Amino acid sequence: MEVSAVVAGPAGLPRMLPPVPVRGLGAHDERYGPVRLRGAALVDEVERSGLTGRGGAAFPAGRKLRSVAERSRRPGLPRLSGRRGAVLIANGVESEPASAKDVSLLARASHLVLDGVVLAAGAVSAEQAYLCVSRPGQAAALSAAVAERVGRDPVPVAVTVVPERYVASEESALVHYLNGGPAVPLLTPPRPFERGVRRRPTLVSNVETLANVALISRYGADWFRSLGVSSAPGSALVTISGAVRRPGVYEIALGMPLRDVLALAGGMDAALQAVLAGGYFGSWLPAGTALNAAASAAGLRAAGASLGAGVLLVLPAGGCGLAETARVVRYLAGQSAGQCGPCLNGLPEIAAVMEQAAFGDATGRVLRAVHNLSGLVEGRGACHLPDGVARLVASALRVFADDVRRHQRGPCPGARGRPVFSVPSGADAPPAGSVFAADRR
Amino acid sequence: MSKQLRVNPILCEAHGVCAELLPELIRLDPWGYPILASAQVPADLEPLARRAVKSCPTLALLLERVSPERIAT
Repeated sequence: MEVSAVVAGPAGLPRMLPPVPVRGLGAHDERYGPVRLRGAALVDEVERSGLTGRGGAAFPAGRKLRSVAERSRRPGLPRLSGRRGAVLIANGVESEPASAKDVSLLARASHLVLDGVVLAAGAVSAEQAYLCVSRPGQAAALSAAVAERVGRDPVPVAVTVVPERYVASEESALVHYLNGGPAVPLLTPPRPFERGVRRRPTLVSNVETLANVALISRYGADWFRSLGVSSAPGSALVTISGAVRRPGVYEIALGMPLRDVLALAGGMDAALQAVLAGGYFGSWLPAGTALNAAASAAGLRAAGASLGAGVLLVLPAGGCGLAETARVVRYLAGQSAGQCGPCLNGLPEIAAVMEQAAFGDATGRVLRAVHNLSGLVEGRGACHLPDGVARLVASALRVFADDVRRHQRGPCPGARGRPVFSVPSGADAPPAGSVFAADRR
Repeated sequence: MSKQLRVNPILCEAHGVCAELLPELIRLDPWGYPILASAQVPADLEPLARRAVKSCPTLALLLERVSPERIAT
């Protein structure tokens, strides 16, 4: 295969998040140039780049591409309506209420994401791709972008609106929905890459991951690795909210100290108390640990949290971490799909106990109850919603242990004051980035 | 061939039959849903496990061959 000269990619940031939206295919081509690597060569290059999934799990993107590519070529694959091949799902649903990075990326660089969708679909021999989002307005704009590309893309891309629910963006829930069911998780295994949409091997990939694939096709793995650190190469989008001067979506070089990441959002008016890293599915870090942690999957894991989908919620001194956690847990309990008994029964009980700790009195009995309930829900759902709640609550009780002791005499002033985080109330409230203007920076 | 139990939590409706038939391996949580003491089924309990699987009204209890690939992931 002939290899054309590598086009020089942009040095430094931004890579994925241009300051103003790149509108139209012409402006997109001018900014990014033509795609270069495709198919097996692209899979090799993505593996070499060290790109990991940006949807939260940080799984190596190249390995995932390769495993679906191999399965889609297996002879035993069912032939349905005379066709074979894999299916690709680009996940832009972003049901985490504190995240707005996917909606920002899709608004500013829709064609870059679509390039990634088509390149990844080609690499895994997919005959159909779906771009899943949660808002009708978003879908209309993306469908117009898809229409612009007629004649360019060898794979049909269907823009699909998925009902808003916290667990709807879980990969098996997307498969379930595209197979005609409700957007709620399925029992796994089999995982989507084994048996997904119409029983085909299905690659589910976050839209930011796919935008990176589109850049790696053009500029190569070495360019990709020229930002970030060797254990976490490249850039990532983060959503910063809470007690910062300029909440919004930012693009960072992975591995940056969290201190510098928070500075991008204009710093804080008050002293930092703690950071909820990884969003509602993440863990609390006390100020000192948070500021010195490296903003990467490994860095935050070492600090006791996760980067997840890049969500950082900033709690100032004077705020009550127990109260903020109780509101998040109540929201998550309302988001249970209600399919699995331990989640359906256990999450509301955990929420009630956390509310007792935050707004009533946090006695030793209350804490033992949280511990027992967490043990009863962990690992017992079809999806990881109960595990996420157990993890969040455990981190809150660890980081805010002093508050727990103080709350034995009743709630602190912070708990009685205004909430710092705007948590959607109830199951019907609009999640997904509703705290931000879609395109803020 | 070694066998292991798995509960499909989506199908399970807390009838509790499994815990009655196989208390050696299954107990119930406060809401009546099964907790597996150990997924691994000793050979001497395999007939009882098979009976528990057959008796589940919602077919939520599964007896599967231990697959090395699955354990690794």
